[in-house]
Amino acid sequence: MTHLPWDLQLLNTCAALLLLLSFAMLSQRRIVTLVDLLAIQGGLLAVATLLLAWRTGQPHLYLSALLTVALKVAFLPWLLHRLIHRLEVYWDTEPLLNISGTLLAGVVIVVFAFGLAQPITQLANTTMRSAIGIAIAVVLLAFLMMITRRKAMSQVIGFLSMENGLFFGAMSATYGMPMVIELGVALDVLVAVLVLGVFFFQIREQFDSLDLHHLESLKESE
Amino acid sequence: MEVLLLLGLPAAGALALGFLGARRSAPELNVAFSLGTFLAACALTVRVIDHGDQLLAHEQFFVDPFNVFLVALTAFVGLTTSLFSRPYMRVELAHGRVTARRLRLYHAMYQLFMLTMLTALTTNNMGLLWVAMEAATLSTVLLVTLYRTPASLEAGWKYFILCGVGIAQALFGTILLYFAAERVLGAEGVTALLWTHLNAVKSQLEPSVLALAFVFLLVGYGTKVGLAPLHNWLPDAHAEGPTPISAVLSGLLLNVAIYAVVRCKILVEGSLHSPLPARMLMGFGLLSVVVGALLLWRQRDIKRLFAYSSVEHMGIVAFAFGMSGPVATFAALLHMTVHSLTKSAIFFTVGHAAQKAGSQLMENIRGLVTLSPTIGWGLMLGALAILGLPPFGVFASEFLILTTAMREQPWATPILLAALGIAFAAIFGRVQPMVFGETTARRLPHPPALLPVFAHLAIVLVLGLYVPPYLADWYRAAARLIGGL
Amino acid sequence: MSAAAPQVTELVTQLLEVVAALAAAPLFLGWVNQCRAWLSNRRAPSIWLPYRNIRKLFAKDAVLAENASPLFRLAPYLVFSTMVVAAGIIPSMGTHLPLVVAADAIALVGLFATARVFLSLAAMDVGTAFGTLGARREMMVGFLAEPALLMVIFVASMISSTTALPAISEHLVTQSLGLYPSLAFTAVAFTLVLLAENARIPVDNPATHLELTMIHEAMLLEYSARHLALMEWASALRLFNYACIGFALFVPWGVATGAIGPLGLALSIPVLGLKLGVAGAGLATIETVSAKLRVMRAPEFLATAFLFAVLGLLVHVLLKA
Repeated sequence: MTHLPWDLQLLNTCAALLLLLSFAMLSQRRIVTLVDLLAIQGGLLAVATLLLAWRTGQPHLYLSALLTVALKVAFLPWLLHRLIHRLEVYWDTEPLLNISGTLLAGVVIVVFAFGLAQPITQLANTTMRSAIGIAIAVVLLAFLMMITRRKAMSQVIGFLSMENGLFFGAMSATYGMPMVIELGVALDVLVAVLVLGVFFFQIREQFDSLDLHHLESLKESE
Repeated sequence: MEVLLLLGLPAAGALALGFLGARRSAPELNVAFSLGTFLAACALTVRVIDHGDQLLAHEQFFVDPFNVFLVALTAFVGLTTSLFSRPYMRVELAHGRVTARRLRLYHAMYQLFMLTMLTALTTNNMGLLWVAMEAATLSTVLLVTLYRTPASLEAGWKYFILCGVGIAQALFGTILLYFAAERVLGAEGVTALLWTHLNAVKSQLEPSVLALAFVFLLVGYGTKVGLAPLHNWLPDAHAEGPTPISAVLSGLLLNVAIYAVVRCKILVEGSLHSPLPARMLMGFGLLSVVVGALLLWRQRDIKRLFAYSSVEHMGIVAFAFGMSGPVATFAALLHMTVHSLTKSAIFFTVGHAAQKAGSQLMENIRGLVTLSPTIGWGLMLGALAILGLPPFGVFASEFLILTTAMREQPWATPILLAALGIAFAAIFGRVQPMVFGETTARRLPHPPALLPVFAHLAIVLVLGLYVPPYLADWYRAAARLIGGL
Repeated sequence: MSAAAPQVTELVTQLLEVVAALAAAPLFLGWVNQCRAWLSNRRAPSIWLPYRNIRKLFAKDAVLAENASPLFRLAPYLVFSTMVVAAGIIPSMGTHLPLVVAADAIALVGLFATARVFLSLAAMDVGTAFGTLGARREMMVGFLAEPALLMVIFVASMISSTTALPAISEHLVTQSLGLYPSLAFTAVAFTLVLLAENARIPVDNPATHLELTMIHEAMLLEYSARHLALMEWASALRLFNYACIGFALFVPWGVATGAIGPLGLALSIPVLGLKLGVAGAGLATIETVSAKLRVMRAPEFLATAFLFAVLGLLVHVLLKA
């Protein structure tokens, strides 16, 4: 344990907490809590971005932190909460794999992600390069969540969490993408969630439920 | 200027149709905007032929022979599809499958989809390319679910989630690309993602990072190409959406996605100096050819049948790009062109045939020739063309690919030939009874638009007999660029 | 004389530590119970209650089941003595102790496991349904808690590159103050393991004898008099030991390091008292605010502990923090 400046310590703590949050999401059965966890994840991202902005003095990072707060902490969770209440989906009780199994799989995935990040980490010259592995782990864990959940809503939360992980990865590897791209990505995410909102109502109209096992008729076994 | 028009017209079209799309004249308006876009694309093409590569708007847009031919193709198929969709969607409206409000959504999204594809093709910025590809997914998701049937919702959901996950992989690949580029080009923001800049320094980019980036990019954009084993969304989205959307998905979106893959491959090969990207493309391509051909046998839905045929043909294109000689690349470009024209023509006829039969199941579609000879013959000729019978263009490109494969990758040739044979038997055996025999079809309230079908088939025929010299030059220039020779 | 002097003080410290553990363990338990009573608005029992209990039990005549084997009689002594040895190994007051070099942290986990094995064997020995039930549950909890505890110790060992508990403690004391996410994660994991291993509330309730849920108490049902007294004392010691391991790993400040002088020793006693007081209050708070889990959920609880410990490890490996 070499002695680090306090802001780097805080950044590392953010990274560690992000990893913890991913696991919390994997184990969470209540969808409302999942959305809250997603909002916290966004908040941590914003804090990390702010710290990084302060440390490197890059103005576009302040902007991107602001964007993160507005979109991922405030707007998207609000929208998702509204959707949940309108659609009355509160629980995702039947994951395809039980929770302990999922968590164990998650640990394996994290080890894999750290291995994957090794070459990048060695090349990066940013101060928080060691967090790249965590970013990849967050992405893969979100992916795992999408695979193991049945409810459409949890899959979407997994998708958004994956995007958060990518954002964190971009930040730790290269201090964030150029502003234009970040804006474009943010716009796409926003539109994606809006499209999904519309979509949910369509699914609900048809099936009276957001359970995805209704959506399993198109198969190649005819 | 041309680029501005090229992108501005669909944008304006999307906006205008967003307001006016429910009117009776909306389909004509859609055609008008598509025509304008096509003219702008022609102008841009002429300019590139005259003046060579173009860098526009602070280097944000880049047009070279490789993408200008795709721009022209995209705008052309966009135009013909809008012509086809005019009577088709009116029939759907008359049959009560869509409402006027949904038609507004359809028209606005159609233009938006054209915009995203043209942006993806012309942009010089790898980040913007990603944004445009994602936007293309989003704009088509609601089109796939236009009928709001359970099956279409399922198809839309699959499409969204699979492509969403895929495109997230591509974003990670793009981040890695930026990461590698930033070390060479400096952190001065935007230039590190510009393709022209990247291409100039590609040999200095860190190979290990680029190899990793390519894996993610190939998986990401490959999902949109419909390469096996990531093709699951493709048949569902094709079968359950409106037919004009099937036509543009198959004819255009897959091309744009493979364009993105090839752009990435150029960069990565320049850095790696190893056949890894080429081998990966060949592997995925071959797998798609085989999987596509085999799954053809199990289809009962006519649109799913041709969707799997698209998987197969995209596999052929990917394989050809993977072989990466000038001849193979030339053939791949030609194949992209003819496949996109033929496949959209087929979907046009299939759409009308299904409307006449009142079903998409092939066993319910019978004897098209008796009731409507043009549709019947159109389907027959289209099927023959896509199966690679001479003298159509698909034959020429497949012949080139096969002969190159025999020379350079002899092990793959039998697999390719076998897959093509299987596909031939599967498709021909199913199309033949649909075209000939007793009929069950009914009359439609609006006469079908068959001009696009025969225009496409005629072009494919011409390309099979004779590739005009300027087109050949163009392909060769593009092939040089991709082959890196 | 001058060379022998530190050794004498070390010996004194060692003795003092064991004696202190023996004496303070029931007190600590009494304190936790008192806090719990206060927090749930009950009139608190006397803090000396555990002592009175033990004295009362020693005064009674032991009753043994007819079919009890010698193992049943031997087990209380074995369990009690392992706990005493463990108390000697854990650096609760000073780090330079003669016994401490004899066993490292992994051996300590082994000691706890030995105690558990004998306890379970004794519970099954008589052959009553409750004893077997409790033993089975205890083994399940132990089976899941042990890897988590080991993982916690691994993290601490990796940070200080030694498995000896006193050396870990010393290394951590000399670290500069800072945020160490890995240690924070492992601290959470350790707390969860502590709750599970000592039959505290989310996993077991030490205050009830409700058949369907109890684990630890079910194993003691057949014991009486001095055997029961030893068993109860042993479980008080176990709680005390766990608390001291926690202090050694996560709040090592105040422990006399290096060669121990009388002054350092004198200073470390009130510090230990203070830490125990805070820890007891904290433990009582956790127990009051959480609800007892169904036995079937205990694996999930311990999986969480294991996960925290693993995350601590991974974070340490990756972030070096």
